[in-house]
Amino acid sequence: MLKKRIIPTLLYKDLGLVKGRKFKNLRKVGPVLPAIKVYNSREVDELIFFDIAASDNNSFVDYDTISEFSKFCFVPLTIGGGIDSIEKVKKLLEIGADKISINSAAYGNPNLVEQIANQFGSQCVVSSVDVKKVNNKWTCFSNSGTKNKDICPIIWCKRLEDLGAGEILITSIDKDGTNQGYDLELIQEITSEVKIPVIASGGAGKYDDMYKALELSGASAVAAASIFHFTEMTPNEAKLFLESKGIPIRKNWTLLKT
Amino acid sequence: MKLGIIKYGLGNIGSVFQSLKFVGYTPIIIEDPLEIKNVDKFIFPGVGNFTRAKNILDKFGWTDEILNATINLQKPILGICLGMQLLAEWGYEGLLENNNTKTKGLGLIKGEVVNLKNIDCRERIPHMGWNTVMWSYSPPLLSGIPSNTDFYFVHTYVFMPEKKVEIIAKANYSVPVTAVVNKGNIWGTQFHPEKSSKAGLRIIKNFLELI
Repeated sequence: MLKKRIIPTLLYKDLGLVKGRKFKNLRKVGPVLPAIKVYNSREVDELIFFDIAASDNNSFVDYDTISEFSKFCFVPLTIGGGIDSIEKVKKLLEIGADKISINSAAYGNPNLVEQIANQFGSQCVVSSVDVKKVNNKWTCFSNSGTKNKDICPIIWCKRLEDLGAGEILITSIDKDGTNQGYDLELIQEITSEVKIPVIASGGAGKYDDMYKALELSGASAVAAASIFHFTEMTPNEAKLFLESKGIPIRKNWTLLKT
Repeated sequence: MKLGIIKYGLGNIGSVFQSLKFVGYTPIIIEDPLEIKNVDKFIFPGVGNFTRAKNILDKFGWTDEILNATINLQKPILGICLGMQLLAEWGYEGLLENNNTKTKGLGLIKGEVVNLKNIDCRERIPHMGWNTVMWSYSPPLLSGIPSNTDFYFVHTYVFMPEKKVEIIAKANYSVPVTAVVNKGNIWGTQFHPEKSSKAGLRIIKNFLELI
């Protein structure tokens, strides 16, 4: 049986890990490499790494850095932030990324999603969609939540699916970093409209929030940052909780052996 | 003993390379088909489209050299993901949507590679994430790993070998998913051992040391 995934999200800015609230007020978390090593040794299901300043600075975390991360990461690694060309995708896959997350660039150039899917396969395209409520209506935002794209996330996610995205990472900006729980309604809307896997993101504050996103909203995976960075909660404990509630989770091999 | 990784342009070479480094071996990256003769066994990775990959293999001379190395010289090959699918005789993943023509694979294992949608899979596609892999007989590649261990899958097409005996392990995704194939010196995994954490690294180590 396919397992529901718990995915720590690593946000990178100014040479270190950060985490904000509603995409603002970034707090420094610490250096990246030790975090990747710890998550890898604890056998997390997957990792997502975003260079959150990349689209704005027209910069990109350098390939050597990503290559260094991949030396210590033997679980699937998604890389995102400022990816706007086939060349960048090719290079990233060569040096150790397994999946590529496209967000801001897709709005101006939707064909990029199609081109990447055609060349490297849908399975490596994670379409990341950031959503905020404006006048009580869900609206997509790009560039780390700073640019209103004036498009409904349901319509946009369906379009991304048609273009060949293999997975949707849906983040509620309103819930991000608040620890108040995922936007279950939003996630449910997306999972019922698209047939590809959906990762819920933004708002996890306790294990039960994850349960709700997976069980009630139909997400295939849950991403979380704050609770893993700033609390004692861990992905493994989350799994034990979810298992007790009947959610299929992956058992670590190390755990199986002992 | 020398182990190589085929670098033909479609594949997460970096991850496979790092996994071998981690188990203590620095592999040779094979960028020219003629270099296959310099290694004793090789890993054949791949992510992406079946037809595109096969076109590249044919165009740059990989196909002939891989067939020569595996059939005439009996060198062990481990196909991963698309690399495993390319071991098949035929693949239905065309370059254009709804293109139903089939593309000839390497033909090292008889059978076809078909879309999950076309075998009535009722789950979300792609099949992405950790899934239980089951086997009853444990070949050297799976040595030291218990059946029912989870491995990381990410694919839309599945390999359906003609001979059941060549299916070593399976997963279930509302339809049976071929997870490991073997025929003599030919090995393949649909999942990504290089990304399946400790159990996956054990497979990489097994291919390196036991096959």
